[in-house]
Amino acid sequence: MQLKGKQTWVFDQPPMLLSGAAIGGPEEAKGALKNSFDLLYDNQWVGKESFEKAEQKLQEDAAYLAIKKAGKKPDFFIAGDLQNQIVASNYTARTLDIPFFGLFAACATTMEALSLAALMVNSRAASRVLVAASSHMNSAEKEFRYPNEYGIQKAPTCQRTVTAAGAAMVGYGGDTDVFIPSVTIGRVVDMGITDPTDLGSAMAPAVVDTICAHLRETKSKPEDYDMIVTGDLGQIGQRIALDMLKEKGNYTIEPSKFMDCGLKIYHADQDAFCGGSGAGCVASVTFGYIYNNIRSGIWQKVLVAASGALFSPLTYQQKESIAGISHAVCLQKGGNA
Amino acid sequence: MSIASEKEKKEYAAYAKKHGEKKPIWKHCWHAFVAGGLICLIGQFLQVFFITYFDFTKDTAGNPTVAVLIFVSVILTGIGVYDKLAQWAGGGTAVPITGFANSMASSALEYRTEGLVLGVGSNMFKLAGSVICFGVVSAFIIAIIKVLLKIYVGIDF
Repeated sequence: MQLKGKQTWVFDQPPMLLSGAAIGGPEEAKGALKNSFDLLYDNQWVGKESFEKAEQKLQEDAAYLAIKKAGKKPDFFIAGDLQNQIVASNYTARTLDIPFFGLFAACATTMEALSLAALMVNSRAASRVLVAASSHMNSAEKEFRYPNEYGIQKAPTCQRTVTAAGAAMVGYGGDTDVFIPSVTIGRVVDMGITDPTDLGSAMAPAVVDTICAHLRETKSKPEDYDMIVTGDLGQIGQRIALDMLKEKGNYTIEPSKFMDCGLKIYHADQDAFCGGSGAGCVASVTFGYIYNNIRSGIWQKVLVAASGALFSPLTYQQKESIAGISHAVCLQKGGNA
Repeated sequence: MSIASEKEKKEYAAYAKKHGEKKPIWKHCWHAFVAGGLICLIGQFLQVFFITYFDFTKDTAGNPTVAVLIFVSVILTGIGVYDKLAQWAGGGTAVPITGFANSMASSALEYRTEGLVLGVGSNMFKLAGSVICFGVVSAFIIAIIKVLLKIYVGIDF
């Protein structure tokens, strides 16, 4: 492993994604990517007595499925979610009984976990590492916004938190042929946005910062990628990112090669406002749809830049601005970077 | 530095606004007017109904009217319809008493999983609390103005 530039790790022997699993809820089952989920539940409770436990169940399902598909147990488990004190992940780790790192980077958690897993595997600190992330619409509404049944008119800039979980196994020696040649760790970028109903605008500068850093430090061009994926910028954030990449980084990306997980997961008529969001969105889309597409050779090289809005319900009431962070992971078919 | 300067923040706010979605204020106002007006019209029908068919006067018919509206609002909240109506109606369903009932019922439902005392009991007024607080404070101020006007100016309303 080599540090290129300031924030990019390039793996001389790229770790492999040994398996991927995606679990979703009822709204996701109606969505555009329903066929790339392994399991879809038909209600938000998932047979549990609270939404928090439901989210935990989603993450457990994803984790077990990823282990089953890989056929081998992991040495470590790295996970995160959106609940207070990342309890869904903590309790999933309790169930799995595997040494555990809990992470929080909001919706960027998946790529943070994947980066660290790749580093651990590459440095031989572990032979296999399981990563997972989840989110649940109702538990997120309850924590960050208003009670679910409260009649408030949502702004058109809002995003719908996705009820889903994704998990993947990172290691060597599989036959999936999906590798992680490089990752870029993001900086926290704060452009002073204070509106918690417009997180796309708050996160877009962080995404631009990380994508530019990745392209610069790996000496690659946008054309080298079959798809540059953002994790939940939504319509507005995606528009901003596309323009900023051109203006700040002088990178012109074809809109058809610039995909947002939150925009991809739902159909336009699903009342998702600006699109889906949540740690489970980018996790389930990456370890379901994107992973399948690379495995089957539809895409050869993809950059996934997941972005997280760093704030809490307390900080925005205290008028603190919403900071953004984005971590990017390159996924590639075939091991030669 | 990853924290923007004040100038950069201002520039970015304008940049984001340019890319953003405009809130359809006039559409929202129209929806609120129609929905709010409709709820008040229903209330008026109920009041006339109670006066005509029951032993209520114009002054006392308000109580059963409000009770019916609150009841309907809470039922609609419970079956998961009120928030969908509110997405269309906005202020129209928030301002009348039905909105107040919805804020309490939705909070009570939301925190049911945390138990009756620490969940429902302590969170029921989470949203309604500020309405009550500022309602009482503003009623107090208005009452003082009314009394002062009556004593010193001689206007009584």
